[in-house]
Parts: sequence; C-alpha cells; structure tokens
Amino acid sequence: MKKPAKRMAGANGHRFATSPVLAVQLPAWRSRLVLFVMFAAFLTLIGRALWLQGISNEFLQKQGASRYARTLELPATRGKITDRNGDVLASSLPVKAIWAIPDDVLQAPRDKLRQLARLLGMSERDLNKKLDSDRSFIYLKRQVEQDVVDQVLALKIAGLHTRKEYKRYYPVGEVMAHVVGFTNVEDTGQDGMELAWQKSLAGTTGSRRVIKDRLGRVVEDIGAIREPHDGRDLVLSLDSKIQYIAYSHLKQAVEKHKAKAAGVVVLDVKTGEVLALVNLPTYNPNSRSALTGAQLRNRVLTDTFEPGSTLKPVTIALALENRLVTPNTPVDTAPGRMTVGRATIGDTKPHGVLTVSEIIEKSSNVGTAKLALQMQPEQMWEMFTTLGFGQPPKVGFPGAVAGRVRPYKSWRPIEQATMSYGHGISLSLLQLARSYMVFARDGDMLPATFLKISEPPPGQQVISRNTAREMRMMLERAAGPSGTAPLAQVPGYRVAGKTGTAHKVVSGQYANKYVASFVGFAPVSNPRIVVAVMVDEPTVGGHFGGRVAAPVFAAITANALRAMNIAPDSSVTSILISPDAPEESI
Amino acid sequence: MTGRLCAILTLLLAACALSLVTAQYQARRLFIEFERAQAQTRELEIAWAQLQLDQSSLSKHARIELHARRDLNMVSLTPDRTQYLIREAK
Repeated sequence: MKKPAKRMAGANGHRFATSPVLAVQLPAWRSRLVLFVMFAAFLTLIGRALWLQGISNEFLQKQGASRYARTLELPATRGKITDRNGDVLASSLPVKAIWAIPDDVLQAPRDKLRQLARLLGMSERDLNKKLDSDRSFIYLKRQVEQDVVDQVLALKIAGLHTRKEYKRYYPVGEVMAHVVGFTNVEDTGQDGMELAWQKSLAGTTGSRRVIKDRLGRVVEDIGAIREPHDGRDLVLSLDSKIQYIAYSHLKQAVEKHKAKAAGVVVLDVKTGEVLALVNLPTYNPNSRSALTGAQLRNRVLTDTFEPGSTLKPVTIALALENRLVTPNTPVDTAPGRMTVGRATIGDTKPHGVLTVSEIIEKSSNVGTAKLALQMQPEQMWEMFTTLGFGQPPKVGFPGAVAGRVRPYKSWRPIEQATMSYGHGISLSLLQLARSYMVFARDGDMLPATFLKISEPPPGQQVISRNTAREMRMMLERAAGPSGTAPLAQVPGYRVAGKTGTAHKVVSGQYANKYVASFVGFAPVSNPRIVVAVMVDEPTVGGHFGGRVAAPVFAAITANALRAMNIAPDSSVTSILISPDAPEESI
Repeated sequence: MTGRLCAILTLLLAACALSLVTAQYQARRLFIEFERAQAQTRELEIAWAQLQLDQSSLSKHARIELHARRDLNMVSLTPDRTQYLIREAK
C-alpha cells in the first residue's frame, strides 16, 4: 500500500482503499476461478436450453401432446353381402360390449347387481362367478344391443364400461347359411364367403390426431387424417328367390324321405354363376350356440360321393365323340350281367339289345361298361380331368374338395368298367353339376363362380357341338315317360337329366345305404339352368334317384324357371307321367 | 411523425390480433359444425344399414310365402293357368 492516499478514511488518516482492514491479500486465481465457474454455469445453461429446445425436444413435445392431443381410431365398417338383386344377406351394425372392473362393480348394492344380471340375461350366480376374478378387466357380455346397453348404463354402477363393436346380422338366416358363412365375435370371417373374402370385406381402419379441450370435445385436427376404408360390399351370384325355392323343396324331400342330409346346386348355364346352393341340415348363423359339425358341413362343395349313374352320360358322350357309336347303334346288354376279370357287374333287370340312346334311358350298367371297355383308360381319364374331376374347383370357396380320380395307369379293366357308370370315382355335387354344363351348352364349359359377373368368361370346349346336341336329346328321353325319371317332368318345359343311385362306401365296403341323385337342365330347347340334387341316405319312400331326387329337381326347376321369367317351350298337356316308374340300375 | 407512425402501427397490430382471435373462433365453430355433420352422416349410415336389414328380414321369402298362403289364401301359379305373352323376336 505504497500508493499515495487520495481520500482520508476517518481519523486514522488512511484512505478508504488503502485501509488496512480491507487490505486482504487474495490470490488472483480465485477471481479467475469464480469468473470461470460462472462462465461454465452459463454455458451449461445455454447448452441445456439448446438441448431441450433444439436437439432433444421430442420428449417434451410428446409430453405436451399427450396432454391435449388424442389419436382417434376411425373404424371401418365391414362390407355388406348381397345377392344378385341387391337383397342384403349379411350386414354389420354397431353394438356394445359391456366390460367391468370386478372390484369396483362388486361394491355396488345387491339389488343393482340383480338387475344387471337380469338385463344381461344371466343368473346372479353366473354374474358373481364372472366378477369373482383377479383380473382388472373382464367382458361381462359382448355384442349387446343399444337399448339394453342404455338400461344397463342407467343403473349407474361404478366400474361398468362399454366398448363399441360390431355385430353381423344375417336376415335370411338358415336359407343362405352355407354360402354366406359367418363371422366371429370380432367380426372376422370364419366360414363361407365371409372367410373367403375376409380381406376385402373387412376394410382398413383409419385414424386421426385431434386436439381435445378440457371437456373432451374435439377442437381441431392436427396432421393428416388417415381415412378409414370401409370394407367393399360383396355381390354374390346367388338369387335369394331361387335359393329359397331350392331350400324349401329340398327340406320337404328330406322330411318326406327321412334322409340324413341333402344338397342342391343350381347353375346358370349362360354364365356359370351359382344361382342357388343349399345344404341340409343347416343352421341359423344368427345364433350359433348349439352348432354341430353335421349342420356346418357344406356337402355340395366339401363332401364327395360316388356319383353313380349320373356319370353315364359322360362316358356315352366320350364314345360318341370318338365316333365309336351313334345314338342309334345297338348294343347287346343281354343277359343283364357281364363278367370283367373275376368280378361281375349287372343291371337290375335284363334289357336285351339296347341302342346307345336307350342305354341312357334305361340306365344300363352293362351297356355303359361295354362301351367304356372299347376305349382307352387314358381317354376316359382325360375326359374326367377336362371336366374338372379330381381337381378342386376354382370357385374361391374355402374347403372346396377335388374329389378322387385315380391315375389311369393303375386302372384295372373292372375299375374302368365301374368308373364308366360312376363307381370307384368320387366328386362333389358342384363338380357334377358343372360337368352337365357341357351338355346344356354346346359342348363347352364355364368356370363356376359365386360372384355376380357381368360378362361370362370364354368357355372351354370339351365335346363337339353335335355330340352335345345328341346328348341333350338322349337326356331328355331319360327324363321322359319311358326313362328312369318320369317324375323329373316339369309342366310346360322340356327337361333333360339323369338319375343316379349309388351305394355308399362305409369303411371301405359298399353298405346298404344309398345316395340318390339327379342332375338335369331345362328348358331343353335353350337350356338356362343346371340343377343337381343329391339326397343322402333316404330311408322312407324309396331310395332311387328317380323316386327321391327327380321330384325335387322337377319342383325346383318349375319354380326357378318361373321366377326367372323363362317362357315355356312345350305345351302343358303333353305331359303324361306313368304312376309306376321303372327302376334303374344301381 | 414517428409518434403518429407508432400509433398507426399499434392500431394495426391490435386489429390484426383481434382478427386472429375471431378467425380462430370461426375456425373452431365451423369445425364443431363439421364434426356434428359427420356424426350425423355416420348415424344416418347406420340407420340406412338397419333399414336395409329390416327390409331384408321383412321381405324374407319364407315370410312372404307364409302370409300369401295363410292370410291371403293364395296358391302357386302353374303353367296351365298362365297366359304367356311372348314377344316375337325381331
């Protein structure tokens, strides 16, 4: 402190700045340190601010957004299924699922719980059992309709909540059950077209981000909305009128003959569309609590059977096509039986000499087998394969089966003979019906479809135009007064078709059970529909195709043609049905 | 001079601020209206689906047949009682 004092501090005569009290010797590094620490602190703050605001702002923004922004799910409605005329066959409506937080609900007074149980249609014990759970979330009941939900909510029980969901309704119920199928509780397709077209029916859910105010009202959209895409409506080829006709007549037949099961398929000859497909027994898709496997089975598509005599026209057509015979070539079927290898095949009664046309008319096994044995196995196999036997039909239906046609190299002559009249080969009813399209059209065949189409796809030629025409004449005679199926006659229309009665194979053996079938088409002058009927194990009132299946064919054809506004092609009075129809071969 | 400019700018600023407030208010109001209309669309769609369903279940062929036969005493028509008018092909 050698500096001269400028100001005197008090009486001591010291200047203030030079006061010895203040003369504390501090090392210079301390002030530097403070400066440095403060600088560093500011730097940290700036860095932190920069970090929060600029670089790592995500977390905070997320926190902020979670306080005002909400993502709303925009549900997509499942598409409707309609028939070809636009009648709704399946449609989804919003309903509610009622869920509960068990501990909270159990706090409610007993009489309220009793009312709740009553509204939900369950006993109080069941309700208590459901609520007696460790979980914090349980569904009390799903797919509850809105008016019940309103009553439940009016009880004001704490811990009871609802969730929006959809329920599928099937207005025509059991009539269409097998084709339409059904969905499960999540509205996902489980069977039939609901399953096959699940993707396009379901649609995609969308979402939107919104700002909600304190009261939960949506104030503003933020960001782009992901639009929901509703499921596309599905228009089936089925005609609900023809379907109902087929259903009611088949049901009558099943009751009359006390049959185990039955199936019908009606095809549109011009387009290949399936106009009706009925299976019995059936089920109500709206309440499926007591569903059995037998009811669920779609026999027309997923079951195969030995077609029996209904396959004879295929063999005969091949013989005609190969110019082996003409419709008038005589074939000796006497004495009504024939030995091939070590096995013997026979007719129900000896017919003597028959023309090829009469072989169909009388349904002679011997005659058909004789013609078949003149052909190469390979030719028959090729014919079967071209007709789609042994391959699953491409109809886009879950579970459609291929049937069974063994490779021709392993055929023994007896097998070739029995296959010619429909034994030792198995098909689904749809495959059989579709093969008759060859005769109903001019020798070509269209793929079958369950969807309404505007333009028929190009056909695949199987037999010549001329053979098809000859076959139509033969099949008309088979369904005529002297054939095996006079009961197939329809007043006002010319019909053609073939009966079939096949023994059923039970555990590898032919059992004393039958499948009666009839496949035919009408009107013969310009065929419009193919109708195939199959009745499984008829027990009362005969078991022959001509007795059991042909009348069903006649009833369905008569009403379907009328429903389709097709003009009659024969006079009404020309029909004479003899009361005792000749019985056909098995 | 500067003072007047300042005043004008202040007024402008205030006006802008007020118009922002009203615009925002309008936007919210219209948005709510739009929301309401959309909700109505959904409701109507559901009602439409419900009505279609009702129509389908009421016009069920089984039901029509039952009423026609039982209540109206109708019978199925057959070709022998039908007069067919067939348009000649040109």
